[in-house]
Amino acid sequence: MRTRKYQDDEFDELLQKRLRSKQERSRNPRIKGGAAKWATSHRTPKSMPAIEIENLTKDYDVGFWRKRKVRALDGLSLTVEPGQIFGFLGANGAGKTTTLKVLMRLIFPTGGVARILGRDIGDVSMHARIGYLPENPYFYDYLTAREFLNYCGELFGLDRVTRERRTEELLTRVNLETKGWDRQLRKFSKGMLQRVGLAQALVNDPEIVFLDEPMSGLDPVGRREVRDLIASLRTQGKTVFMCSHILSDIEVLCDSVAILKHGRLAQAGSLEELRAGEAGIVEVIATGADAETLRQQLGSSAIVTTTASGLRIEVADEREVDAVINALRQAHGKLVSVQPVRQSLEELFLE
Amino acid sequence: MSQLKPNAGTLINNTVSDLGLDSDNSVGLTVRRTVAIARNAFREAVRDRVLYNLVIFALLLIAGAIFLGELSAGQEAKIIVDLGLSAMLLFGVFIAIFVGVGLVYKEIERRTLYTILSKPIGRGQFLLGKYLGLCLTLLVNVLIMGLGVSLALVYVRRGWDPMAIKIWPAIFLIYVELMIITGVALLFSSFSSPALSALLTFFVFIIGHFSADLKALSGTTGSASARWLFRSLYYLLPNLSNYSVITAAAHGVVPDGRSLLVATVYAVVYIMVLLAAATLIFSRRNFK
Ligand SMILES: Nc1ncnc2c1ncn2[C@@H]1O[C@H](COP(=O)(O)OP(=O)(O)OP(=O)(O)O)[C@@H](O)[C@H]1O
Ligand SMILES: [Mg+2]
Repeated sequence: MRTRKYQDDEFDELLQKRLRSKQERSRNPRIKGGAAKWATSHRTPKSMPAIEIENLTKDYDVGFWRKRKVRALDGLSLTVEPGQIFGFLGANGAGKTTTLKVLMRLIFPTGGVARILGRDIGDVSMHARIGYLPENPYFYDYLTAREFLNYCGELFGLDRVTRERRTEELLTRVNLETKGWDRQLRKFSKGMLQRVGLAQALVNDPEIVFLDEPMSGLDPVGRREVRDLIASLRTQGKTVFMCSHILSDIEVLCDSVAILKHGRLAQAGSLEELRAGEAGIVEVIATGADAETLRQQLGSSAIVTTTASGLRIEVADEREVDAVINALRQAHGKLVSVQPVRQSLEELFLE
Repeated sequence: MSQLKPNAGTLINNTVSDLGLDSDNSVGLTVRRTVAIARNAFREAVRDRVLYNLVIFALLLIAGAIFLGELSAGQEAKIIVDLGLSAMLLFGVFIAIFVGVGLVYKEIERRTLYTILSKPIGRGQFLLGKYLGLCLTLLVNVLIMGLGVSLALVYVRRGWDPMAIKIWPAIFLIYVELMIITGVALLFSSFSSPALSALLTFFVFIIGHFSADLKALSGTTGSASARWLFRSLYYLLPNLSNYSVITAAAHGVVPDGRSLLVATVYAVVYIMVLLAAATLIFSRRNFK
């Protein structure tokens, strides 16, 4: 009896564990082996955030004679956990690029502090562990792609063999055609430059990659490839901090997002958390039934609208879906699809 | 922590990190990175065809050698040296000023700086690398021109002439002067536009050659404020008259070791002050 009881307990525990990890995975379906790999292959303790921004403020001086101040960042605080793809969203002029420039110490904040990998951003050696792709990158146009990557490798202090290997690896990885490798960058198109920019951001095998609009200037195929590349960075256990306003990319890629509005944080959290408010609404698409009949049957709990191809029935609670299907069956309608309506990122963005 | 109100501690820290030195960075690594920046600056100058000035210089020398052969007997060597070294100085100053003021400005304007400074490179280290890169360009330029003058001497004398060797201390001094001018251009361009920097550097070059006159003026001129102005200019601006020994070299006079040493030490100190000042200004700049 005792042994048996013990086994039951153990079984329970196992079951709990399974459930927990399953929840975790369903909350975050793309994580797969990534999290575990992170924990073992990196110096960073798991508890330490990858990026911490505290109360960051930046005023730009504008005007030549009469100096005015423009507040680009206004008390921004933000934490990014390691191993995540973090989407940094905001309308034009919201302050995304400004934030990145402060983190890369290209400009100095008016107030506040920021730490990357637990170290102050002013710490030069910390920058050996991160990569950065600026907005609309522009590089030395007198260098070839290969020379430029080699030069970047030198700046990180990599030896020749490593530099050559990584250059070829990365140019392949960003899908730059081989015949472009030894061409001067002045002859590159915008999309090709963007690819070189991505490659140089990865030349030191960084732990955190900062990407300012990585998809800009890319054709649909290129966007797809870059999307896959960024996703592959996560499986390698890297943290990615990306600015973008291409919401579909963010939606597919990011674990969590922050929405910036006029230099202030408007929303932050995982995509699911942000959309949680709207859960429950379910949309049923059907054909072959009469809208009026359904309306009478379902009463006020459902909103029935006619569309070009049939009917759209929206209910506020998933428990009412059964009633809708029953009503449909009685009206001899044909069910096309049932799906939960989630608040899209776009709505959050516009809010 | 933040860059707002530097106290003594962070100031030292900033200066150390300006040079890209850090507890984690060995000195060797820092040197390698600086050399990489310098080599890239050299490569840029070469690919921007800066060294093409050598062609004009060569044409000038050849033309001079041919005409002189007909004109003045016995004076050829003197005139070749005078012409060659003067052209070397002028071409060099031209490069030092026009490439020098664009050294940093171009990187800011084209935003190539963003990628570089986001890497573990201190701002002072970046300046130093760029500076050394241009010095390397000038060195190659001066060496080739010097060889050209030596060869021209041998040619016009129809045989070996000790002058071909004796001019090299003067060439060395010209090069050191060019290094100072490059530093001045770099300092000006760390806070003003390229056009203004070029103008100011050119003034420094001219006035620097009249250093002795400045000193005389500061002793004799009437008003106290004018005297004060001339005196501060005398101490502030580089004393370049120490470096212009072209006429003497044309007469076969070789500067003695002591004056060479003094000129070198003076230049090293002056350049270090210039670079430190440029770093101080550059480190506080926002790159928008
Ligand atoms: N160099 C500058 N001088 C003055 N104001 C600036 C400067 N750069 C940015 N700003 C201002 O700061 C604010 C934030 O700009 P920022 O470039 O960070 O926006 P962003 O979120 O990156 O926009 P986008 O999506 O267009 O790239 C804007 O209001 C902009 O006008
Ligand atoms: Mg931007």
